[in-house]
Amino acid sequence: MRMGRQTELVQARIEGAALDVSHLPSFGFSHRSLMWWGTLGLMAIEGTVFALAVGVYFYLRSFASRWPMEDMPPALLWGTANTLLLLASLWPAHAAKRAAEALDLKGVRFWLVLTSVAELAVLGVRVLEFQTLNCRWDGSAYGSIVWMILGLHTLHLLTDAWDTLVLTVLLHTRNLEGRRFVDVSENSLYWYFVVWSWLPLYAVVYGVPRLG
Amino acid sequence: MPLPQSALTPAGPQAARVLELGTLFFWMCLAVLLAITLATLWVLWRAPKGDERTPAPGALPDEAGRRRAVCVALGLSIAGLLVLIAASVFTDRALARLPLRSALHIELTGHQWWWEARYDDAAPSRVFTTANELHIPVGRPVIVTLQGTDVIHSLWLPGLVGKKDLIPGRTATLTLQADRAGTYRGQCAEFCGLQHAWMALEVVAVDPAAFDAWAQSQRQPAAEPSEPQRVRGRQVFMGSTCAMCHAIEGTDAAGRQAPPLTHVGSQRTLAAGRLPNTPEHMASWITNPQAHKPGVNMPAHAFSREDLQALVAYLQGLK
Amino acid sequence: MSTQAPVLNDVPPTPRQVAQLHATWSDPPGPWGWLSAVNHKAIGRRFLVTAFGFFLAGGLLALWMRTQLARAENGLVGPDLYNQLFTMHGTTMMFLFAVPVMQAVSVYITPLMLGARSIAFPRMNAFAYWVYLFGGLMLFAAFLTNTGADAGWFAYPPLSGPDYSPGKRVDFWAQMITFTELSALLEAVILITTVFKLRAPGMTLNRLPLFVWGMLVTAFMVMFAMPAVMLASTSLITDRLVGTHFFNPGEGGDVLLWQHLFWFFGHPEVYLIFIPGLGFVSTIVATFARRPVFGYPAMVLALIATAFLAFGLWVHHMFATNLPELGKSFFTASSMLIAVPTAIQIFCWLATLAGGRVNLKAPLLFVLAFFFILVLGGLTGLMLASVPLDLQVHDSYFVVAHLHYVLLGGAVFPLLGAVLYWWPLITGRMTSERLGRWSFWLLFIGFNVTFFPMHLLGLEGMPRRVYTYPADRGWEGMNLLATVGAWVLAAGLLVFLFNLWRSWRRGERAGANPWGAGTLEWGSTCPPPAANFDATPVVHGAYPLWTPPREPSQVAGLAVDQREQLVTTVLDAVPDHRVSFPEPTPWPFLSALAVTLCFVWSLFTPWGAVYGLIPAAIGLTLWFWPRRRETAKHLAIERAPR
Repeated sequence: MRMGRQTELVQARIEGAALDVSHLPSFGFSHRSLMWWGTLGLMAIEGTVFALAVGVYFYLRSFASRWPMEDMPPALLWGTANTLLLLASLWPAHAAKRAAEALDLKGVRFWLVLTSVAELAVLGVRVLEFQTLNCRWDGSAYGSIVWMILGLHTLHLLTDAWDTLVLTVLLHTRNLEGRRFVDVSENSLYWYFVVWSWLPLYAVVYGVPRLG
Repeated sequence: MPLPQSALTPAGPQAARVLELGTLFFWMCLAVLLAITLATLWVLWRAPKGDERTPAPGALPDEAGRRRAVCVALGLSIAGLLVLIAASVFTDRALARLPLRSALHIELTGHQWWWEARYDDAAPSRVFTTANELHIPVGRPVIVTLQGTDVIHSLWLPGLVGKKDLIPGRTATLTLQADRAGTYRGQCAEFCGLQHAWMALEVVAVDPAAFDAWAQSQRQPAAEPSEPQRVRGRQVFMGSTCAMCHAIEGTDAAGRQAPPLTHVGSQRTLAAGRLPNTPEHMASWITNPQAHKPGVNMPAHAFSREDLQALVAYLQGLK
Repeated sequence: MSTQAPVLNDVPPTPRQVAQLHATWSDPPGPWGWLSAVNHKAIGRRFLVTAFGFFLAGGLLALWMRTQLARAENGLVGPDLYNQLFTMHGTTMMFLFAVPVMQAVSVYITPLMLGARSIAFPRMNAFAYWVYLFGGLMLFAAFLTNTGADAGWFAYPPLSGPDYSPGKRVDFWAQMITFTELSALLEAVILITTVFKLRAPGMTLNRLPLFVWGMLVTAFMVMFAMPAVMLASTSLITDRLVGTHFFNPGEGGDVLLWQHLFWFFGHPEVYLIFIPGLGFVSTIVATFARRPVFGYPAMVLALIATAFLAFGLWVHHMFATNLPELGKSFFTASSMLIAVPTAIQIFCWLATLAGGRVNLKAPLLFVLAFFFILVLGGLTGLMLASVPLDLQVHDSYFVVAHLHYVLLGGAVFPLLGAVLYWWPLITGRMTSERLGRWSFWLLFIGFNVTFFPMHLLGLEGMPRRVYTYPADRGWEGMNLLATVGAWVLAAGLLVFLFNLWRSWRRGERAGANPWGAGTLEWGSTCPPPAANFDATPVVHGAYPLWTPPREPSQVAGLAVDQREQLVTTVLDAVPDHRVSFPEPTPWPFLSALAVTLCFVWSLFTPWGAVYGLIPAAIGLTLWFWPRRRETAKHLAIERAPR
């Protein structure tokens, strides 16, 4: 998966004392854009939160005489289904990103709609996940950390789904600046983060209690 | 003569080792502080002067002499740090290796805002509990197990040993020893709420024979009062809310939330070091504890003057 | 919709282009304009004023405490109020002053020092300011209604938990953290993006001013440290309000979990405060020694090393707990070794002064205080790093002395020097050198008289956070001395503020670059115009104003009738593309109000978090939604990448 379209660096023209930049492009993709750095910063912050939450999970587990503290670990069905759904949602997100970097408006519109649908579906299944966790947040410290991990990730699902919806609507309007394509590309990048960060969280929440 | 509570006058091997280490650190750090201060003043004095208009270069050629000076200073600093790290680790080891043979065992529990001490023994009948005032034999190590029941407290007896926290859900141990007879004062050193400032305890180090006698008397239940005022005092105690929180061994009072009063008459202070243990102070405390320790868990009591005097007489007689 | 050709700047720009450029970048007038401002200098000034307001409030709380402690068994302040005083003092200073003020200086100065017209994400910058302000106001509103936080600035459970701190006091404290951490995290992202992408052409990374390196390193630290306290405070809120058991040992939680999470943030936090101070020292030493700071690569590496090491120290706050002894020894070593990069910096500054021509003005005096006060504080820090020593002086007045020596010596004194240094830039007026010196000596003497005796008090057995102490301890003399010192410190601060006020009213006008400094923030007028520079400069050295002029000297071809800025590459600052920047808008302010509503509502019912998200989402969406007029302007000069 390529990380972003790299266009050639247009040289500024030196004319005496002046460094003329008037012919430089007005937007750039990937690490050349400000938005990419902003997105990366948020990913670093949220990744740290997830890493610490996982740390808390194992810390609490190290003191426990039995784990999970409840009778049963979280049910595998909806968590696994959602993991597969999340992985599948990478496809429309990636296609939207490619279309954006090719400045293909029709393609972007199509794939953004599909991405929105996928993200909403994931949110719907997430509700079912919460219902089959087999623990309460106030039942024990185990329940508390499981709900915290899932809650944190769900917050990211919600905010990114909202972002995608807003972008989907916006990209269907007219007279769009080129930077909107950059926004679409960065939104997909952030969705990648939401999906990939889920995998270790899935392993921890659903897998670790079953380690025995 | 105020009771010692200073880390600078150690009365036991733990605090003494720490003071030795502290003295080494102090002199080395003082030398560094003087060196940097003098270097700064010297540089300011010797450097040529300039003002806002003095031309400033944008870049400078290689300054090998200055680089050497900085490297030397850095090397000395690192060497000094390594010495301090080594000294610290050495002291840590020395403290861990102090002999523990024939140690006395005390189980200390921190409460808001008093100390509960259970003197352990192999024979269960010889176990006893007291509060806020710990007697220990001189020259013998004391192993203190630390537990929290409500919030985090910290045991700190500066004249004897460094502190350790009493943490709910965890058990810690601390070893101390007094090599000189005396009374050593300590305070709770972890903010624990409204009366953190008045959660003191006293460690009374006495010769082993005196300690045995004290321990033996602590094991006895409360003596039966014979004198009429004290009998009335006991009735007042049993008839009011006192017995709900305070225990007196040998009577029906078995409350565990507040300090046991079985031998309160023999203690030097009241309310974890807040007041001297005199009849007047005791009466004032019973009547209105909030005036002395606002926020304390003990409610006020409105006894009649005769009842109060009887009660105080009874309690003062519990030696 | 504009049909005129876009107006681009020439080199040198004509007077008409200059006027139009600065009109384009100005914030609109009037109260609504004030709420819509996104200019980084306007936001930076507000940020600074707000942070200093909290500083003064925190200082008043301290004076109140010191007056209570001047006499043994004093009846001025009872335990409940005192617990709120020391909690509010610490919380205000650490969360509402020390970190925000550093970010405030950076918001104002960094774009100028980089030769940029604006900070990155200017609307988010405004939003971060409002969120910070509202969080601080919420905390003080709680304090003024007898709901002040009272469990200490690090609020250890179980004391801060639902059983032993019932009511809303700790709830407000924990939620204030959410506000301030959100603000700080956003500012960190903004600063990193600005430093990496908005530098003037030619400002390669090895020409980056040391101040900017300091702020960059600090921003990275913020990103990795603040999440820990966010997680901790959120867990505390859920323990208190919805019955989770993170810190409840009775149901599988752990009391020390809080301490690990908090101090994993808390130790880097003090370096978040200290490292910008180092940046101030480097800036001021260079200008007042009339030469570049000695040992640039070593200085940069020292900053980076300090930042990394800072994450490996946190357990030294927990030496009195029952953690394994071997683990504690590791933290002794790391806590001592972090002195090494700071030592490198001190030696390099001394070498700079020794090899320069010293102009001993007030800003330099304040920075010189660092060499005594911070060094003393750092040395007592070495003592605290040793486990056996720490176990005697932890949680005593010795630590109170240490922390004030490092924080005031390492951050506040350099900050006051930086205020005097950059005051002419921000206001266009000079302060009085005489009043500056008077305030310095009062502050220096007052500080040492206040805090030095506390070392002895700690060794003599006086614990922290006590509202009073017995009369027979022999502590009264030193406490009284410390209180006298505190009042002298307060007097010094008054003189300092008076100096600023007088300059504001009728100070001598500063010309351009009154200190003869070498970095770009002084490369325009004092104060700088709305767009910072008439034309973006091209940089040819690490101290551009001390580097002989070379061609090319300025950037041509950026629009002057709309907000356009040049984006350059990360390593070598080669021009990459042009970006349109947003115009003033009230949505950051309105969104901050919505977020405040959400956060405060959630303290009263968990559903508040859900319902409160709705206005927040609306606000943020309307903030993002492009305006037709702006879009049309941008489209007129848009060029796609090939």
